[in-house]
Amino acid sequence: MNSFWTGWISFIVLGSIFGCAWLLWATRKSQRFHTETEETMGHTFDGIEEYDNPMPKWWLWLFLLTIVFGLVYLALYPGLGSYKGYFGWTSTGQWEDEVAAAKAKYDPIYAELAATPIEELVQNDDALIMGKRLFLNNCAVCHGSAAHGAFGFPNLTDNDWLYGGSPDKIKETITNGRNAAMPAWESIVGVEGVKDLAHYVRSLSGQQNIDANKAEAGAALFQANCVACHGADGKGNHALGAPNLTDGIWLYGGTQQAVEMTLKAGRNGVMPSFKQTLGDERIHLVAAYVYSLSKEEKQ
Amino acid sequence: MNTASANETYNYKVVRQFAIMTVVWGIVGMAVGVLIAAQLVWPELNTQYPWFHFGRLRPLHTNAVIFAFGGCALFATSYYVVQRTSQARLFSDGLAAFTFWGWQAVIVAAAITLPLGYTTSKEYAELEWPIDILITLVWVSYAIVFFGTIAKRKMKHIYVANWFFGAFILTVAVLHIGNSMAVPVSAMKSYSVYAGAIDAMVQWWYGHNAVGFFLTAGFLGMMYYFVPKQAERPVYSYRLSIVHFWALISIYVWAGAHHLHYSALPDWAQSAGMVMSLILLAPSWGGMINGMMTLSGAWHKLRTDPVLRFLVVSLSFYGMSTFEGPMMSIKTVNALSHNTDWTIGHVHSGALGWVAMISIGALYHLIPRLYGLRSMFSTDLVNVHFWLATIGTVLYIAAMWVNGIMQGLMWRAVNADGTLQYSFVQALDASYPGYVIRVLGGAVFLSGMLLMAYNVYRTIRQRDAVADDAAAVPQTA
Repeated sequence: MNSFWTGWISFIVLGSIFGCAWLLWATRKSQRFHTETEETMGHTFDGIEEYDNPMPKWWLWLFLLTIVFGLVYLALYPGLGSYKGYFGWTSTGQWEDEVAAAKAKYDPIYAELAATPIEELVQNDDALIMGKRLFLNNCAVCHGSAAHGAFGFPNLTDNDWLYGGSPDKIKETITNGRNAAMPAWESIVGVEGVKDLAHYVRSLSGQQNIDANKAEAGAALFQANCVACHGADGKGNHALGAPNLTDGIWLYGGTQQAVEMTLKAGRNGVMPSFKQTLGDERIHLVAAYVYSLSKEEKQ
Repeated sequence: MNTASANETYNYKVVRQFAIMTVVWGIVGMAVGVLIAAQLVWPELNTQYPWFHFGRLRPLHTNAVIFAFGGCALFATSYYVVQRTSQARLFSDGLAAFTFWGWQAVIVAAAITLPLGYTTSKEYAELEWPIDILITLVWVSYAIVFFGTIAKRKMKHIYVANWFFGAFILTVAVLHIGNSMAVPVSAMKSYSVYAGAIDAMVQWWYGHNAVGFFLTAGFLGMMYYFVPKQAERPVYSYRLSIVHFWALISIYVWAGAHHLHYSALPDWAQSAGMVMSLILLAPSWGGMINGMMTLSGAWHKLRTDPVLRFLVVSLSFYGMSTFEGPMMSIKTVNALSHNTDWTIGHVHSGALGWVAMISIGALYHLIPRLYGLRSMFSTDLVNVHFWLATIGTVLYIAAMWVNGIMQGLMWRAVNADGTLQYSFVQALDASYPGYVIRVLGGAVFLSGMLLMAYNVYRTIRQRDAVADDAAAVPQTA
């Protein structure tokens, strides 16, 4: 900010404040009475008169007090253009100080736990509670507070994994995020092809109401187009994040209509990266918590 | 109604029209408010239709209560007061009629376009550009009628109520035009000419002065006429009114930055906004003191006059809100209160307690006089309305204070490991009882408005029985 703007801002801020102070002083000086009076100003408006009472003293003091506070504050803190204030305070600086204080206080706790392998951490209830708290405030908005997922957001408790459920894979997912890419197939296989494929895909998990002819036509299309990611047996591929189509677990719904929609328009699931938000040590704890959820299922 | 010769009478027709529509829009706006409060308790009420979703009805509620209810109350009272205290008929009956029909058209356009999803997304300035242009035309006409009438006045001085009405009309014109500057891209879509932090600052310069000039200065104008008139006492201190008027209008325009604490707005603008908000305390209280002290020597009238009770209690809520506002503008307090229900409680202690109650009190004074009657059809119903309004307001704001402070504390509570103690949904869950009480408070307040509508209807029907046209003849000073 150049000196013109600093001067202009200071002029109008201080001008407003000193203007008020002058107004108080001038009005008080011209007061005809210093205690309550029955004298009026001598004009009447629609029957309304106005007393010539002085301004209440306590109110004057209140006004002056706020003016003095304001001036002192503007001397200590930034307010007059580029003038930094006596304390040199900035909102960025306050934030940095708070972050530094929190780091000094909390980082040792996480550093210790981050050194413990996840397979061991799942035996440590305190660590799991910390992981759960982090999960609730960072992950629950999509995956749900019980981690059961929602439409488009995987259930993390069922031991069915898109990208793998080992501790390392879970950490990798949280740290770097994932971008799923199911392409749109309608322009390739046609409207009827989408329907045929949906019948075949639903048959893989043993669903009822399958049209055998359509499923047979779909099987051929599947072998030609889908096996690269989902595998010849439809059991998916963790390396690509391609879901297993045989287990009856559906991220975007398993009805004929829902599967057709997935095939027709494609799906682009996004898991964001939490590297910046949480950092490696906290991710380690969240991963331990997520790992523990499906571990319970196994037992 | 005007039996005296044409050049001696006041234009009460437009005042009557605006007065009646104040009651109508008050009921509509508050009913939408109760509905959206209920949607926060029972989300099923959002229904499958997008037009009735909270996100579309909330701006409809705020526009309806501020600009339809509050706006009509300001038009009615300012047209009445400027004529009676200037002893002059409105400058132009034709333009005055245009302001009435134009303003109703704006309100109807808002009630149609907001549920359909047309919005600029600027709070309290959601209406799209064609409606903004109509608002501008109506407002400029309003200014011509008002200041034209002042220019025609038969007395040397301008009464204090008219200073406030005048400041409100001028500043709202500047604010509306300044904030609504946009580039239209289609019939119902435009983009603001401002961007980023500047857009935010212009928006809250507008937004806070919608509070400062529309909801404070305008209603102080109302207060300066109806309180001394109803109490039949002189205004307490002319000198106090001068100082607090000039201080209020010069300081208020600065305060908007306190809506943007700890944001991308430069630190100096945040600090200047906070300092000015604090200095605003005394000028704001000047109006409350002048109104309250006007009653000295007439306090006994509160026992028998529910209209005066409305006016006095509105001043108490005004004093409370204008103390609370400067406190909430302090950065440290704002860090707790921002984005919580506390803000909503603060707004409603001003909107229900101050704006609505002073308007209701003024209307109960005004309506009988506009129809040549001595009083409302039923003073008992006015009294019942007073208690419903007071109880409704207290339930509403107490619920939001408790919720707001609780939310602020829950959001910042941390565990020994530095993690947040509560997830967002836990704070939401804890807010549920407060939301239920809010619906109750709002419904109680709304029921008072329905009583008022009945009372107004019966009062107007009495006019033929009591032919008293004296009210339309100007007094000589």
